[in-house]
Amino acid sequence: MQEYFEWFRILYEETGINLPFLYDSYDRNRMFQGFLMTIKLSVVCLFFSVIIGIIGAWLQGSSLKWTRRIVDAYIQLFRNTPPLVQLYFFYFAIGSLMPKVATEWGGEAPLLGNFAWAVISLSFFAGAFNVEIFRSGIEAVPNSTVEAAEALGFSKFQIYKDITLPLAFRVCLPSLNNNLVNLVKTTTLAYAIAVPEMLYEANQIWSDNVNVTEMMLFLLFAYFILVGALVWCTNRWERALRIPGYGS
Amino acid sequence: MTWTINEPMVSIRDVYKSFGAFEVLKGISLDVMKGEVICIIGPSGSGKSTLIRCINALNDIQKGSILVEGQEVNDPKLDKLELRKKVGMVFQQYNLFPHKTALQNIMMAPVRVLKQDKAEVEKIARELIRKVRLEGKEDAYPGELSGGQQQRVAIARSLAMNPDVILFDEVTAALDPETVGEVLQTIKLLAEEGMTCILVTHEMAFAREVADHIYFTDRGVIVEHGPPETFFSEAKDPRTKEFLSQIL
Repeated sequence: MQEYFEWFRILYEETGINLPFLYDSYDRNRMFQGFLMTIKLSVVCLFFSVIIGIIGAWLQGSSLKWTRRIVDAYIQLFRNTPPLVQLYFFYFAIGSLMPKVATEWGGEAPLLGNFAWAVISLSFFAGAFNVEIFRSGIEAVPNSTVEAAEALGFSKFQIYKDITLPLAFRVCLPSLNNNLVNLVKTTTLAYAIAVPEMLYEANQIWSDNVNVTEMMLFLLFAYFILVGALVWCTNRWERALRIPGYGS
Repeated sequence: MTWTINEPMVSIRDVYKSFGAFEVLKGISLDVMKGEVICIIGPSGSGKSTLIRCINALNDIQKGSILVEGQEVNDPKLDKLELRKKVGMVFQQYNLFPHKTALQNIMMAPVRVLKQDKAEVEKIARELIRKVRLEGKEDAYPGELSGGQQQRVAIARSLAMNPDVILFDEVTAALDPETVGEVLQTIKLLAEEGMTCILVTHEMAFAREVADHIYFTDRGVIVEHGPPETFFSEAKDPRTKEFLSQIL
């Protein structure tokens, strides 16, 4: 393996194309940790944003006017403001109001770190879109199907869980996947509050090596592959959930 | 108040129902004894479907009383689950759950709502599939079945809850002429087994054959009723005569 890596050192010496995250074990580890952080951040945010979407869409169907209004206000707030501003707002405005906790070495640290704030901020951001996406799916479920379940004695919650959601999910899966792909790309914003994800680590490397062009090229390529893999999975998923004789 | 078998299973008394300012039912009363098959006929918009939807509380009523085995339906504290265990319903558009196979459609309510043992329910569901003559279609999705086949699955799904009375809401109206027969055959089988049936139908020949009693409704009231032998031949009211002359 090391010989292959060494080849990139030679490449650098011969041509000046500098890819230290391949031949240098320290940079390689930084890049790899950044990659893992991007995956971790994406998976956690995907999970919470979908949960927020499902609960939000359920609350939007509530008979209580104020519940619906609060959900609407949440959607408007997060849809109509830039995600970077939201991130700064959470981290700097709300974060500074949070109590401090004692650390092991006797110092003080904020209750929630930058990773936690990135998760909260990005999940709420993507979740706002997910609420609308799930709602459009729920509205596509015919009322007559829901009525049939009602007539069979299903409770409101059982209908949502067993009938409405599985059907709505299939309808909204393409737009949901679209939003999830966007979310993975938006995780790069966590760079702004120093979450050590791919972009952040790449920045560290180019600061040390002055190889901005190469790092940018690599980042573009890395995200292209990462998101491409995600899209491939979601397409497979859409196909697996297709019901014979239903829809297209 | 306990219901005895000598009393009407379904007792409708002076029922009024309106959608907004539009009054659909204007004082309807009728009784259905256990094992009876009654057919409700009449022109479109006369309130037939609304009437039977009120029996299992899919529509609420403004005034009057509907007793199902002694349970008052027009009650804000109505135990809907208790009511719907007793009253099955089959719809014009079948309303099967499109993401479940025929067998799963039949099994879902007994397993999820009545919490019955899954293996036991599956045995019953397979018997019901045989009863509605759909052997081999257990694993077909609704989208892969013809209208008549879907409607028979819907009847089996209703029977799986072991109801005491089944409401049929124009169940052949959406079917091709050649599949109407197979569905009517299934209903006739149930009627012969002593199932209490309330049908809204446009199939006059069928009504004449299976019904114990026929009600003719127009503009929210029962205009005329009687056993089929006399109803068709000795209609007195001009509105009934006119309707029958158009349809027969």
